Amino acid sequence: MENQNSTTENRAKEHEEKYIWRFEPFLSFLHIMVVISFLALAITGMTIKFSGVAAFQVASQIMGGYEVTGYIHRLAAIITFGYFALHIGYLIKKVAKQKKSLKYMLSGENSMVPNKRDLKELIGTFKWFFGVGKRPDYGRWTYWEKFDYFAVFWGVAVIGFSGLILWFPEFFTALGLPGWLINVATIVHSDEALLATGFIFTVHFFNTHFRPDKFPMDNVIFTGRVPLEEFKKDRPREYQQLVDEGKLEDRFAPPPPEWLKKFAKIFGFTALTLGLLIVVLIIYSMIFLYR
Amino acid sequence: MIKKRFLLFLLPLFFLLLGKLAAQTDECLMCHGDRSLDYSRDGKLVSLYVNESKFKNSIHADLECVDCHFDFDPEDIPHREGEQIYKVDCNICHDEVGEKYHESLHGQALEKGRFLAPNCITCHGKHDILPHTNPEAKTYVMNIPDLCGNCHKEGTQVSAMRSVSQRHILENYKESIHGDGLFKRGLIVTAVCTSCHFTHNILPHEDPNSSINRDNIAGTCMQCHTQIEAVHQKVIRGELWEKQPHMIPACVDCHQPHEVRRVFYDQNYDDKRCMTCHSDENLTRVVDGKEQSLYVDPNDIQHSAHKDNSCIKCHTDISEFNDPICIESGRVDCSICHANEVDEWELSQHSRERMAGNYDAPYCTDCHGSHNVLKKTDKNSPTFSRNVPQLCGKCHSPDGVAKGMEVDETGIVKDYSQSIHGRLLETGLTVTASCVDCHSAHRELPSDDPLSFVHRDNVGETCAKCHLGIYEQFTESIHHPSVADTDKELPGCQDCHQAHTIKRTEQMTFRQEIIDQCGRCHEDVTNTYFDTFHGKVSKLGSSITAECADCHGSHNILPTYNPKSTLHRNNIIETCQTCHENSNRKFVGYLTHATHHDKDKYPFLYYTFWSMTILLATTFLFFGIHTLLWLPRGLAEKRKERRENKKGNSE
Repeated sequence: MENQNSTTENRAKEHEEKYIWRFEPFLSFLHIMVVISFLALAITGMTIKFSGVAAFQVASQIMGGYEVTGYIHRLAAIITFGYFALHIGYLIKKVAKQKKSLKYMLSGENSMVPNKRDLKELIGTFKWFFGVGKRPDYGRWTYWEKFDYFAVFWGVAVIGFSGLILWFPEFFTALGLPGWLINVATIVHSDEALLATGFIFTVHFFNTHFRPDKFPMDNVIFTGRVPLEEFKKDRPREYQQLVDEGKLEDRFAPPPPEWLKKFAKIFGFTALTLGLLIVVLIIYSMIFLYR
Repeated sequence: MIKKRFLLFLLPLFFLLLGKLAAQTDECLMCHGDRSLDYSRDGKLVSLYVNESKFKNSIHADLECVDCHFDFDPEDIPHREGEQIYKVDCNICHDEVGEKYHESLHGQALEKGRFLAPNCITCHGKHDILPHTNPEAKTYVMNIPDLCGNCHKEGTQVSAMRSVSQRHILENYKESIHGDGLFKRGLIVTAVCTSCHFTHNILPHEDPNSSINRDNIAGTCMQCHTQIEAVHQKVIRGELWEKQPHMIPACVDCHQPHEVRRVFYDQNYDDKRCMTCHSDENLTRVVDGKEQSLYVDPNDIQHSAHKDNSCIKCHTDISEFNDPICIESGRVDCSICHANEVDEWELSQHSRERMAGNYDAPYCTDCHGSHNVLKKTDKNSPTFSRNVPQLCGKCHSPDGVAKGMEVDETGIVKDYSQSIHGRLLETGLTVTASCVDCHSAHRELPSDDPLSFVHRDNVGETCAKCHLGIYEQFTESIHHPSVADTDKELPGCQDCHQAHTIKRTEQMTFRQEIIDQCGRCHEDVTNTYFDTFHGKVSKLGSSITAECADCHGSHNILPTYNPKSTLHRNNIIETCQTCHENSNRKFVGYLTHATHHDKDKYPFLYYTFWSMTILLATTFLFFGIHTLLWLPRGLAEKRKERRENKKGNSE
């Protein structure tokens, strides 16, 4: 009885709550692709990088051995190239169909490209950390979110290209590239992957999910919407901007359906758990067994 | 008238002649038929009696007395008194035999005036000579031993003159297989004295013409034992014939003359006689206070490889003077027939242990069985290839008597059963290597003994008994002492292929282990191998990724500057092509043993690695600090918010 009462209360509360659209469903879909492929690449790749570590040997065996993980890794690579292409296509479409100018895309209010204000906000954030200033009024994209975004761009390019060399070494050497480039590609691929996984599974996880005001998880990337109150508090500048432009109403969203919330919860927690597990294994391997 | 007178003159002459011819023998017998007829010669009374009936039965019955006794006047009585007595000369008719006799030991002795020397009549008699086919004859085969024995038995004057070492000739002959055949079985085709020594031309064995001379004895024996030489080669071959071809033994070296059965063979002691006692299951003897069964299961023998051998062929040391004859006959000496095998065994550790008093060490019978011995080709034999591991395992197992030899706790034989050789043997492939193929059947020695087949200097050739092609490759490789110029210890077969746990090389575990094997000497390159893709993947249990041998070769391994090396500039593309179909000149430039820790050798890798490391370090350093600062601030904000909410709620 008590349980039922509390759920009905919650529901009533949710109905009262207003939501704001943050991500289009297409972007949520892209992120699901990113999560799945990234986790797959990370775990299969690490089994080779740290093949001397018993835990990774076991992991490799669980997944069906090194040949199977090789196929998984390449399949996930294809998915990665896939979402990369989709995202580029999305940007082009945005410029073409929504009549957004390239200048707007690169330097507009909501541009992903870092600018002077991001530097100010970074300094402001450190001040806030030290308690000598209030939290900066972040806009649609904070500087760490922009870093994340371009880290993926950079990462996919670097890891992707070095990965292709490793995938098709005969082809690339037949083009005239020296054999030792395969060795260089190995180091680049491997260390860049270490950077990417290490960064995502610690910094990104904390900044987005584990930071005290979002803990344990922010599911906005899957539901695509954020409660109005949270939005106000989190991104005061964007909110102010919308109010000023009178576009706030356009961004109102219905509360996310129950199934979506449930999916976000299960998928999100699974991904977070796997990511943490991988990063723990990596740290363990780096400290004790890597040479 | 003259005619009549002439006839009258001739008639009595005719009758006289006729009467003389017809009645001559009778005439002689008129006097010599009298038993009391004698005369004194040199003061000795000599009988001149001729037994008429014996003469009539003799082989010379058709002859007249004067055919042999001539050169005297029968009318002159007494004949030729006072002159030297005329002796009958048998040579008149038997000139060929006489000649042989003259050259013989007996004839020569007679010529020298040895009064003991026999002449014709000593053996053949005088007027009573019978054909040697007549059982009554002195020279009948049954009587020959006694005839010769008259002089050649112990205690006679002849035996005292003898210069050869034979003693008890007659007695021994009677006990020999020949004598046994003659006296006990009445076998008249058996050998008697004259069969070997011959009759008239008896010669001393030193004489090259003697039938019993070393050079002739085989021919003499082969008068009866026609194919004996061919049969005996089986025994003799591999022994004297191999080692001292000029020292071919003569029959008599083994089969002592006059006592041939005493050596190996005595049909007199047939198996039935042995089994009268030894078929008793309760028959025992006590040795060192322990009771030992002496029961022999007839079933064992009937199915054994020795089923055609009589007991005494192996249990040789029996004697008629003992009771029972087999008492203290000692251990069977298998080397009588299996000389090579026993020689080998005597060099083995098993033999050494026994010499040192360790009677747990196996003797022939411990492996082969005794009365139930089977050929090694018999599936039920403990020495059949499939049963060998079990046989050796009786002692060489953790709870066996040879457990001190164990190298690990599971036991050699258990290890072996898991090995490629053991598994193949279990499938019934009988030509795979079992214990004895490597350790040899009889001359097994510990591997640290330089004579051992599994000593590191010899193991190559031992393996090459089957794996010849591989061994030939190996002898040309850098790991072979004839090629390598080094003081370091070089690897042999056993270093990569463990003795008892040997695996198929395709097996993942073998491929994994071989990297460690190479790494024992080639540590640097093994470590760097593990820094590269092949090495890393191999650690995940990949059996298809390249390990040492896939690129460097295994038995044919050579330094890269050798044109035959799989990694020589001219061969390397092809070598890589075994896995990487589109291998090319640039592709083979991949550094399979690269490390990013060596700045001088691999600067590209070194600087790439450190650039990446710096990138990582700065990124993590910055965001690490960022996060570590955020966390307390975030928590503080959260607490503040909660406090405000509480305040708001309470208001």
